[in-house]
Amino acid sequence: MEKVVLKAPDGPPSDVERIKQESNYLRGTLKETMEDRITAGIPEDDNRLMKFHGSYLQDDRDLRAERQKQKLEPAYQFMIRVRTPGGVATPEQWLAMDELARTYANGTLKLTTRQAFQFHGVLKWNMKKTLQAINDALFTTLAACGDVNRNVMCNPNPYQSEVHAEVYEWAKMLSDHLLPRTRAYYEIWLDEEKVAGTPEVEEEPIYGPLYLPRKFKIGIAVPPSNDVDVFSQDLGFIAIVEHGKLVGFNVAIGGGMGMTHGDRTTYPQLAKVIGFCKPEQVIDVAEKVVTIQRDYGNRSVRKHARFKYTIDRLGLEAIKAELERRLGWELEEARPYHFEHNGDRYGWVEGVNGTWHFTLFVEGGRVKDTDGYPLMTGLREIAKVHKGDFRLTANQNLVIANVPSEQKAEIDALIKQYGLTDGKRYSALRRNSLACVALPTCGLAMAEAERYLPKLLDKIEEIVEENGLRDEEITIRMTGCPNGCARHVLAEIAFIGKSVGKYNMYLGAAFDGSRLGKLYRENIGEEEILAELRVLLSRYAKERLDGEHFGDFVIRAGIVKEVTDGTNFHE
Amino acid sequence: MQFQVTNSPFSEQQVELLNRLWPTLTPAQKLWLSGYLAATETVGAAVQQEAPVSKEVTILYGSQTGNAQKLAEKTGEMLKSRGFQATVSSMLDFKPNELKKIDTLLIVVSTYGEGEPPDNALSFYEFLHSKRAPKLNHLRFSVLALGDTSYEHFCKTGKDFDKRLEELGGKRLYERIDCDVDYEEAAAKWLNGVLSELDKQGAVSVVAPQPTQAQPTALYSRKHPFEAEVLENINLNGRGSNKETRHIELSLEGSGLTFEPGDALGIFPKNDPELVDLIIQEMRWDPETPVSVDQEEEPLREALLSRLEITVLTEQLLQQLAEFSKNRDFHALLSAEQEAKRKDYIKGRDVLDVLREFGPWEMTPGQFISSLRKLQPRFYSIASSLLAYPEEVHITVGAVRYEAHGRLRKGVCSTFCAERLHIGDKLSVFVHQNPNFKLPKDSNTPIIMVGPGTGVAPFRSFLQEREAIGAKGKSWLFFGDQHFVTDFLYQTEWQTWLKNGVLTKMDVAFSRDTKEKVYVQHRMLEQSKELFRWLEEGAAVYVCGDKQRMARDVHQTLIHIIEKEGNMSSEQAEAYVADMQKQKRYQRDVY
Repeated sequence: MEKVVLKAPDGPPSDVERIKQESNYLRGTLKETMEDRITAGIPEDDNRLMKFHGSYLQDDRDLRAERQKQKLEPAYQFMIRVRTPGGVATPEQWLAMDELARTYANGTLKLTTRQAFQFHGVLKWNMKKTLQAINDALFTTLAACGDVNRNVMCNPNPYQSEVHAEVYEWAKMLSDHLLPRTRAYYEIWLDEEKVAGTPEVEEEPIYGPLYLPRKFKIGIAVPPSNDVDVFSQDLGFIAIVEHGKLVGFNVAIGGGMGMTHGDRTTYPQLAKVIGFCKPEQVIDVAEKVVTIQRDYGNRSVRKHARFKYTIDRLGLEAIKAELERRLGWELEEARPYHFEHNGDRYGWVEGVNGTWHFTLFVEGGRVKDTDGYPLMTGLREIAKVHKGDFRLTANQNLVIANVPSEQKAEIDALIKQYGLTDGKRYSALRRNSLACVALPTCGLAMAEAERYLPKLLDKIEEIVEENGLRDEEITIRMTGCPNGCARHVLAEIAFIGKSVGKYNMYLGAAFDGSRLGKLYRENIGEEEILAELRVLLSRYAKERLDGEHFGDFVIRAGIVKEVTDGTNFHE
Repeated sequence: MQFQVTNSPFSEQQVELLNRLWPTLTPAQKLWLSGYLAATETVGAAVQQEAPVSKEVTILYGSQTGNAQKLAEKTGEMLKSRGFQATVSSMLDFKPNELKKIDTLLIVVSTYGEGEPPDNALSFYEFLHSKRAPKLNHLRFSVLALGDTSYEHFCKTGKDFDKRLEELGGKRLYERIDCDVDYEEAAAKWLNGVLSELDKQGAVSVVAPQPTQAQPTALYSRKHPFEAEVLENINLNGRGSNKETRHIELSLEGSGLTFEPGDALGIFPKNDPELVDLIIQEMRWDPETPVSVDQEEEPLREALLSRLEITVLTEQLLQQLAEFSKNRDFHALLSAEQEAKRKDYIKGRDVLDVLREFGPWEMTPGQFISSLRKLQPRFYSIASSLLAYPEEVHITVGAVRYEAHGRLRKGVCSTFCAERLHIGDKLSVFVHQNPNFKLPKDSNTPIIMVGPGTGVAPFRSFLQEREAIGAKGKSWLFFGDQHFVTDFLYQTEWQTWLKNGVLTKMDVAFSRDTKEKVYVQHRMLEQSKELFRWLEEGAAVYVCGDKQRMARDVHQTLIHIIEKEGNMSSEQAEAYVADMQKQKRYQRDVY
């Protein structure tokens, strides 16, 4: 095998590296600062570590200025993310999450774009109780955020249940295998006594004491659905099914959505397929990829620390060679696959094993009761009788899955009783919409997203109706900042927040998630957004080819240039 | 010029003579007289020294807010100026066995809450009511009782002292007078009465008046309040709170008013216009009807808005109003048999309730007005230090609102401040000294402050003061309220003081954040070991806020901690606390 010489970039370690270094395997002073009753917050250093425990400190930004005048500290509260590999939850787990949301959080549950449950508004003194209850429900929050491998995504495909079940098992194994080994989490939150042996002998065999240079994301797609946006992942696996059996996975590396406004050295990138591995090799591949990023990722400049930059700096071939060197074997040639879409299919579908699945449209992934739409109550009532499970989708929707045929009528009656929607009452555009949380809780947000997109959609839908495009599936996504929690530039119409009320608008991404969008207009407000869309959608309605998606149309029509690689995203 | 007993050293008789003489004197005669008097003064003084004064008067006060103390001191001054050897002392500082040695005792005492003696009167009160109290056949005494008719046990402590001194054999020098919150007039009457009795019973010494002490006399007082401009008025409670606590900053520029941490600010509020209008509508009166208050004529509505008390019912008010109604239920309620029912009725009801319930009325606006008490100032612990905010005074006002008897009730002053007081408005204020709530003289003395809710206000003043003078003493604050997120009053200020060391330690209890209600006393108990260590190091303990429950619970907890950590019996612990009180190391400002 060819000898590869790789090198991590020079430069002094970033501040976060220092914090990790001094943290003694993610302990820091969290135990003490969580007990400080004078503030609902924690110091910045501990908050950095907190992320590894699946939570971070936020505040209600709507109230910041007002509270400062009132001589009150910001309305600090914690976000808690529950690691839910593949987004699968039992009805018991659903009920436990539902109750926690109403007891300690803000009364709502957020289904994230990475198939996780998220709580908002948990106060410091309720953190321990909440985390303990989550663990009692057989979930964990460990490594749901932080410079580690996050929740492993996986297609909750209800059409091919047997393959799905197998893929899900691999997702879970990957997730478990890449969990940090530190006992800090158990000591701080679960009252576990310090285990025998001093921290010096504590080991992180995969991560080491500094963990990764940056977050790391893994997702598994089962074609023809690319709902997990496999190319947005640091490490993506594409299930290859032959003759109804899972034969292995294509391996794709180096995806990532994040960038920084105004910094052209940062850019979104799509993962590239580098080969194929058998199912039983998947853990080994993942572990070695992670260690390559551990060793060669940029630990000096955090905005250049994602794996995509490591690959673009060192070269895809060099990384592949290093991976094969570490594996001790070579990847097979990638197998053919075909994606059709990255959105969800709604409503009732029959699975292969006689069970039924109902995909529910959950706008913005927010499960709550509102006037006239008791979504949270309805789902609670369903969970009380449901014999199958729940699956959180990568598009913030929910599948009431594996309903035995004899129970279908009962579940369907509850769905009707509570008016739970498969989204058919909405435009196809809305059904294919995605928004990150943004204001008021996200500290990074520059503009609204989850709270605003539905209102913007009300207005866009008028244009859609005018042009007879109600049932035309177009993906639309909005994020409050360029970090891309809602995988913004993989939507055919994308908005990235610049400042309050102002967005950059991107067009031209592929409907199946295989091509990035391109900047079309910068820093525009609602009026301009609607004016642009009025022209674009009307042209699309008139000029599109048969079966042509909006994202493909805008490129063919020369409205935007095609992005062939993240490195030419800004060109 | 008009001579009065209260503004001169002369007796009633002399005052009368002088008042008759004075207007007849020409300027030349007055001049001659002043020279003559000045020349004879030294002679008189010399003579006096040969004849020792036997007229000793002891004046004891029990005071919570400082009113009784002030009156006692004034009485002392007055007596001294008339040749008496007057000793003024708080009951706490007075040794009870001295009682046997004195022959004239004047008591000025207030009553607190449910008929309880003020903190500094408690031990003397208990002694006098115990079996150890001596026979006092040799004693002549008089009691001035301070109270508030809106409380059930009006002037109870004063009444108790009066009764007990008589039981022990004392002779009443002058009848007890009970003062309502508007005490000035009644107190003057008592003072005159006492003075003239003393004059009658013992010759007035001809000693020359001592020059009256140069008191730092502010131009502005309760009688002449200062119109302070509102600089800031913000709600300290975050959104979603059950409470509304206003932080109000007032300008004292040009007033010459000064105060010390621990003092209070008196505020003259205005009544709720909505309530005033309801009253006028109820009676179908013309709001413009001229009525007279304090010999001044003004429209009815204006008088009700800013001159008269309409939210507090008193027994006396009911009796007066009864003259104007033949309503049987009303008269029945006022009968002796229905005392309990009446007391219950008074609670949480106002004048409008009476007017609505007990008509028909045969009453003119003038008759109504003259039945009402004058609008009283409300007192708030000052929340700032002049060293930190010169020429400003800050207060912390909790808006009182509650539903009772089918109507929303509002605290007069607090909702006035919360709802109708804007930046730039003027507020009538005066400083009310509270000598019984003062930082230790030695700034190295550690202080422990317990102030839940608005009770935390004076401690903001304490810490501002200590920061400004660079005090070295440690400090420890216990604060509590309902919810951390919305009710942590002055949170960022305490946080800053904790960071820069002005505040050494802080413990908080938020009662409604957890299933089990946690209060400040629970936090004290959690830290009992350290708290006792601070006490042993000489720390002074300050408690401010709710009297009914908090102050009592904190008091019990303090004793419990001393018992537990000091290995003492409960009697020893109580003595420990009593001793702290004596050393002024345990001071309370509770209401």
